[in-house]
Amino acid sequence: MARKPRVKLPNSVNKGQVVQIKTLIPHKMETGQRKNKKGGKIPRFIINKVEATFNGKPVITADFHPAVSANPYFAFYARVEESGTFKFTWTDDKGKTVTTSKKVAVK
Amino acid sequence: MIGRKVLSAIAIIGLGFTSGFALSVSSANAQMNEAEKRAKDPRNKNYMVGDKNSGYVYMTSQTRDMQDDDFANPGFVWVDTGESLWNKVNGTAGKSCASCHSSAAKSMKGVANTFPRYDPKTKKMIAIQAYLNRHLGEKMGAKKWKWESENMLAMAIYVKLQSRSTPVKSIINDQNRTTLAPFLAKGKKFFEQRRGLLDMSCKQCHEDNAGNMARSNVLSMGMPNGFPTYRLKWQKPGSIHRRFVGCNKNVRAKPYKRGSEEYTNLEFYLMQRALGLNWETPSVRN
Repeated sequence: MARKPRVKLPNSVNKGQVVQIKTLIPHKMETGQRKNKKGGKIPRFIINKVEATFNGKPVITADFHPAVSANPYFAFYARVEESGTFKFTWTDDKGKTVTTSKKVAVK
Repeated sequence: MIGRKVLSAIAIIGLGFTSGFALSVSSANAQMNEAEKRAKDPRNKNYMVGDKNSGYVYMTSQTRDMQDDDFANPGFVWVDTGESLWNKVNGTAGKSCASCHSSAAKSMKGVANTFPRYDPKTKKMIAIQAYLNRHLGEKMGAKKWKWESENMLAMAIYVKLQSRSTPVKSIINDQNRTTLAPFLAKGKKFFEQRRGLLDMSCKQCHEDNAGNMARSNVLSMGMPNGFPTYRLKWQKPGSIHRRFVGCNKNVRAKPYKRGSEEYTNLEFYLMQRALGLNWETPSVRN
């Protein structure tokens, strides 16, 4: 069963308020350093990029490297000036992306 | 690789000597201070009942932060999966868990206490995973899940989560005392039996030396109230039987199979040791 990413931020905020946005995506984050039982290398397979946009404008972009643990938790702060939609995109080493979005309303 | 294994074996043997027999005075004082610190920490208050400590109090504050916040706790990803499995129709009977049990929040509250339970059919104790599997096969006509599979972990966590923050209760009462007593005795015997190349029992670490260091870890009291737990080392949740396998391997003993009679009895005994502590599933441990 496919596991979905989790995102947490308030549904409604005051104008200009700085809010914490928490994200967590289930992923095994294979580092590429490990070997299988036959001694062969297990290829690297991690989420290498996390992007967040607000109404189409970029908010934050982060590059992940092999030291990031499995099921990476990523939190950041953003100032919200208008109602709109946060869109989050995770990209893995195979080029696959997972997106999810959440609406925020300004009181 | 082989070289490393030998080295770590030597390290463990060394540890057996220091922690078991020759605690120096200065380290004994340091241990006492650590114990006092743990007892005074207000965060640990709900996790210490009488002389019983949950594994929570032995974790670093960062690990405890993860458990305290349901969002940061990666175990909740499996809770989400469990919830969707609960409502999903599975098997030839065309039923989901919800079709009979409706809302898990109501029907599964306190159910965590009742496992492992006595199974009159096989005349043995049965753990939640084995019980779920039988249920899947007999009542739902569905395919069985493997013990440590994604679905099994998710469902076990989801069911046990419903008992969270309620104290662990005993299923032993006057009617079943005589039936259950032999299993409890077997579990206790396993707990106290020395095993493996290092000739160590569960009790030596988790009762006699709880709170002391083993390698770079603090030994817990070996309480089962947070299982299936999200373990940072595994980077995913695992059943208590997986933990038993790991512990047995650490003392260089040949582990039993998950779901074996030995481990189920041991789990039952551990449950009786943990009475009064609160359920924490899914807990976060290192």
